[in-house]
Amino acid sequence: MPPIFVVLLVICVWISFLNPRFATVPGIMSFLMRAAPAAILAAGQLFVIVSGGFDLSVGSLITLVVLGSSMLIGGDPANTPWVIAVMFLIGIAVGVFNGAVTSWLKVPSFITTLGMLVTLKGFALLWTGGAPRGALPNNFRVFGRNRLSGVPLLDEVPYAVIILLVVAVVATYLLHRTGWGKQLIALGDNPRAARLSGVPTAKVRILAFVASATSAVIAGILLGGFSGVSTNVGDGQELGAISAAVLGGAKLLGGRGTMPGAIAGALTLQALFTLLNLLGWPKPLRDGLQGVIIIGAVAYTAWRERRS
Amino acid sequence: MKANGSSAERGRRDGPPILEMQGITKRFPGVVALDGVSFDVRPGEVHALVGENGAGKSTLMKILGGVYAPDEGTLLLDGRPISFSHPWEAQQQGISIIYQEFNLLPYRTVAENIFLGREPIRRGLVDYARLRRDSAQLLARLGVDQWIEPDMLVKDLPVARQQLVEIAKALSFSSKVLVMDEPTAALTDREVELLMGLVRQLRDEGLAIVYISHRFKEVFEVADRITVLKDGRKVGTVDAADVTPDDLIRMMIGRPLDAYYPEYARPEDIGPPLLEIKGGGNDVLDDINLTVRAGEIVGVAGLQGSGRTELLRAIFGIQPFTRGTVRLRGQEVRIRSPLDAVRLRIGFLTENRKEEGLALLQPVRDNILLVHRALRPLLAKANGAPSVAELAGQVDLRAAGLDQEVQYLSGGNQQKVVLAKWLAVDADVLLFSDPTRGIDVNAKASIHRLIRSLAQSGKAILMASSELPEIIGMSDRIVVMWDGRIHGELPAGATEAEIMALATGQREGRRST
Repeated sequence: MPPIFVVLLVICVWISFLNPRFATVPGIMSFLMRAAPAAILAAGQLFVIVSGGFDLSVGSLITLVVLGSSMLIGGDPANTPWVIAVMFLIGIAVGVFNGAVTSWLKVPSFITTLGMLVTLKGFALLWTGGAPRGALPNNFRVFGRNRLSGVPLLDEVPYAVIILLVVAVVATYLLHRTGWGKQLIALGDNPRAARLSGVPTAKVRILAFVASATSAVIAGILLGGFSGVSTNVGDGQELGAISAAVLGGAKLLGGRGTMPGAIAGALTLQALFTLLNLLGWPKPLRDGLQGVIIIGAVAYTAWRERRS
Repeated sequence: MKANGSSAERGRRDGPPILEMQGITKRFPGVVALDGVSFDVRPGEVHALVGENGAGKSTLMKILGGVYAPDEGTLLLDGRPISFSHPWEAQQQGISIIYQEFNLLPYRTVAENIFLGREPIRRGLVDYARLRRDSAQLLARLGVDQWIEPDMLVKDLPVARQQLVEIAKALSFSSKVLVMDEPTAALTDREVELLMGLVRQLRDEGLAIVYISHRFKEVFEVADRITVLKDGRKVGTVDAADVTPDDLIRMMIGRPLDAYYPEYARPEDIGPPLLEIKGGGNDVLDDINLTVRAGEIVGVAGLQGSGRTELLRAIFGIQPFTRGTVRLRGQEVRIRSPLDAVRLRIGFLTENRKEEGLALLQPVRDNILLVHRALRPLLAKANGAPSVAELAGQVDLRAAGLDQEVQYLSGGNQQKVVLAKWLAVDADVLLFSDPTRGIDVNAKASIHRLIRSLAQSGKAILMASSELPEIIGMSDRIVVMWDGRIHGELPAGATEAEIMALATGQREGRRST
């Protein structure tokens, strides 16, 4: 079993000692509900990481989804369906752009998506005049904060958890069971060999960025529902997603990574922050720890590679 | 080419060794890389170290260079026991190693590379005047100052000259022992000759030289003594004058040379033309006219820079033809990218298997299926149609399992994985470029048999190689490249002399039609 699952288990047991309610069905459900956006984002990010790139634009894309949805819906719940459709289209467009610029103009994805991060955030703030405006109607927020009741055994299941489950299954299938997923990993491992084996590298890579951007749109819809409209809802989410993937055993610069690992990595980060909160660490310190974790995780993987 | 020189031309063989390695044992997890190996070298002699890949040559040299510490055994330099905690210390003590992969900085000058980390300092700043002067002196001592100047950037030098910079760097440490690991792997024959001369010169100046090579011709040309390693053990140390290449091969593998190459194709094995090129050309190639028929192996000989590998790259769409026509199985086709070539079921295999052939972190299975998957819809199920186990059997792959990562396979088996990748999509025109470079003798023979059996099964094979024995042993026809053109064509069994005459542009060949 990959080490990340052990770490996750240990942290969860520890939390249960401090807070016995955590180890109940409702406790686990609300934990998963809070973790769902980050886990979905990590799943999307993994597609780009195994291909040898980064997608830093997802945090701003989330902000754009939340602010843009509130602007377009304008308080009329009847607008929600088409606005959600538009958000997915925007996500796909951002993904295609990131992937195309990276593939054809040979701009490293780190730079392409960093530029996109700044641009999308700027665009979102320009649209709303710099402050959160309006509110999201209930039929939008339902995905992020409501629960499906009457489920056998579990009683209530948050919609976010169901969505996470679906995303996890689909993403695992795409990465580990389709020709695309395998070609993506091969591309990240050795781009030149992949090209000389006939892999349509641009197409394969663009799709990875589309997957990542789509995951950001889903995460944005959940976060908007969970915590409402704010201008910093997406800040730092990209780093969380990359950390999660690396904690889950993915190799930065490509060629290695598993979907269950990345999702477990995201859950572990969420559990760790829950634990530190219970232990009374102040929030800035908890946030700051994330930087240490990503450096530590990458150093650990590098050390393990060197040893083998 | 000189035959085995008389002993007078050779180095000294008496006197005490400057360097002795005694009973060296090195274990890695699950494998004994070296088992009680002893080795010594005297001042003024060239001691060659030969053996198949995995025999332990590199491990022995890495112990000598301070990269690994031995588990057992001692190192004596000038009779004193030594040990290193860092490669730097080995160099300080006078042991310099030139590895196959150069340790040069491409965007620094020759002088900066030679004295990297030891630049002369004057008033706290690098004394560039002295740096240049000292480098110029070293280059002059090597007799290469007419080609290499201290201010040239390393990246602008051809590989052979970069090698000379490495040698100059090694000498700048006032080395007593110089180890050269496969120094001629990337050199043309002329450059090899120059290097051989230099090795003799350094030997005569009293340097002790350890020479590791797969190429027997060089070994016999320069070595005074030869030590053969096999499976981590020493088979023996012999005087070069007392043995023949066949003796050495027997020592290395326990099998004589004649089992080395399979039979040529018989006339009835040869079918219709599968690949026809008329008037092909691009930036580096011109007027390429070439036909490869089903069932035959056409060898492409030529010196480095003759367009030998570029020809294969043009056919495969890496640097496509910009002129002329290509017909595949009788149909005119345009190949502008590797993807076009793959779609037309053309396969490509190079000596750079790690850079161009394999995704090293992925299992055997995913590597073998990569081309197959590339040709199917993106969201198609990853596994299915071709049986990976069957393909692995077809190429006689020796792996711990289909889920083993290819990075852990030997060179020969890695090459078989690349081959299986093309068999998975039934590629029937196969382009091979130095398919056995850096592969040990046993695995070489097995790859050669495999290539021949592919031809027998009706595939058209175009094989470029820098090794003439391979070209001669394998090819049913030989085309020789010179200056970006096909300079002539020779039948199966042509001699090295005939090929070289065409390859050096000395003789006009029979034109291919």
